[in-house]
Amino acid sequence: MNNHPNETAAVAASAPASGTALHIADVVKRYGEREVLKQISLDIAPGEFVAIVGRSGCGKSTLLRLIAALESYQSGVLHYDGDASDSRHDTRIMFQDSRLLPWKRVLDNVALGLPRDAKDNAQRVLGEVGLADRGREWPTRLSGGQRQRVALARALVHKPRLLLLDEPLGALDALTRIEMHTLIERLWREHGFTALLVTHDVGEAIALADRVVLIDEGRITLDLRIDLPRPRARGSAAFAALEERVLAEVLKQHGGVPAANPQQPGEEPGDHSLRRTVDQVRWAV
Amino acid sequence: MSQVSPKNRFSNRALPWLVPITLLVVWQLAANLGWLSVRVLPAPYNIAKAAWALAASGELWTHLVVSSRRALTGFAIGGGAGLLLGLATGSFRKIETLLDTTLQMLRNIPPLALIPLIILWFGIDETAKVFLVSIGVFFPVYLNTFHGIRSVDPALIEMAKSYGLSGWSLYRDVILPGALANILVGVRFALGFMWVLLIVAETISATEGIGYMTMNAREFLLTDIVLVGILLYALLGKLADVAARALERAWLRWHPNYQPGA
Repeated sequence: MNNHPNETAAVAASAPASGTALHIADVVKRYGEREVLKQISLDIAPGEFVAIVGRSGCGKSTLLRLIAALESYQSGVLHYDGDASDSRHDTRIMFQDSRLLPWKRVLDNVALGLPRDAKDNAQRVLGEVGLADRGREWPTRLSGGQRQRVALARALVHKPRLLLLDEPLGALDALTRIEMHTLIERLWREHGFTALLVTHDVGEAIALADRVVLIDEGRITLDLRIDLPRPRARGSAAFAALEERVLAEVLKQHGGVPAANPQQPGEEPGDHSLRRTVDQVRWAV
Repeated sequence: MSQVSPKNRFSNRALPWLVPITLLVVWQLAANLGWLSVRVLPAPYNIAKAAWALAASGELWTHLVVSSRRALTGFAIGGGAGLLLGLATGSFRKIETLLDTTLQMLRNIPPLALIPLIILWFGIDETAKVFLVSIGVFFPVYLNTFHGIRSVDPALIEMAKSYGLSGWSLYRDVILPGALANILVGVRFALGFMWVLLIVAETISATEGIGYMTMNAREFLLTDIVLVGILLYALLGKLADVAARALERAWLRWHPNYQPGA
């Protein structure tokens, strides 16, 4: 119910063709008895920027790890450009911690996994993230924001067609985050990859994404297009209204606002109150 | 990085030597005043004189070379085997399952308890001494290498795999460097054991080496030469430790703890 094939197709036409198209249908992931993802379906157009938000433990990171092929899933379909596996290894992931190798200098970290003669390339991408002169440093000498920029360069140097961002800015201070938003948005527009950002920061999601997807207890409960013009001004009324709407959705499912009062039948997915029983869930999906 | 004034730097350098030098002076005074019997503890000056005489006659160097050769040969064999087996059991679960229980059992035998067996096997010649040293250095290197490999951050391994590293490149770029700090801890322990075991081996039976020199001097009640031997061991132990630290500084340059000014 949460897929918008028509809309995503529209985005595909306008976006550069160098992104992966993702097709996720009825994916189920269980850890033992616990179902973490309950028949997730999501279509992402090439070059689209999608943000997945949700409370911690809702399964959003797990979904990202499935897409990155870091974990397996029990059932469902996951297609990259129509292929069942990311056969060209066009997917790169950026983690919440930078995961730089502390024993390699910054430039060598960026060049990780590249052929030996690709140092120039690594240096160029390091320049793109604004750290051209820090290549000889040890990663431990960098600030948290700089480390994440190096991690971003390390991902981009592989020319990914799908970039997965697993709360990469979660540990950064507010000012550095805003800087990183600008940087990520610029690089996304220049490179044209498909971007999938997992975050718990609704403002961040709305600032960056074409679509905001809300996951709650392993299922998608909201799939919202963000049609604000870029670059987005956080102060604008439209921005605030969208942020309000997503936050209300997050909160009402957990009794943060009067949850027993489904007063907005027009709002998708609307029937949060039906969530609890399995039969109703099947109906909803 | 804090600024250190020149005066402060001098006192920081000098302070650790204050106690040893005071002890030395008191010791010398006590000997001069006749509080200490020469048989029990000769004066520092006499020890220095004995050391000088041994060095001048060349006897000291012969013993030093022989002892160092035994120590380093044993270290190379035992340490090398420990490193290789540690890498193998650390990297492959199958090999761990196969070997680790056995090695853990052997580890609990004190190397010195093997001396009678070693004498039976190898007699009392060079092989016995080198073997004893090898056994002693094997376990610290083995255990720390194994532990080092196992404690490499799985998040880094996951990252490296998802960035296309596998096989040897994963090993070279991620696992080995990640384990290196632990391996070097093992090496430092091993260097300590190396001298302890060599001393024991050389005091049992030898015709050359520092241990032989010391035991021989004991027979003739030459306490000053006994002390020269003991001090030599202390010096060699310190040297080995300095070498291990130098290795750490060179190989762990990336580590914040080993960076200048950190």
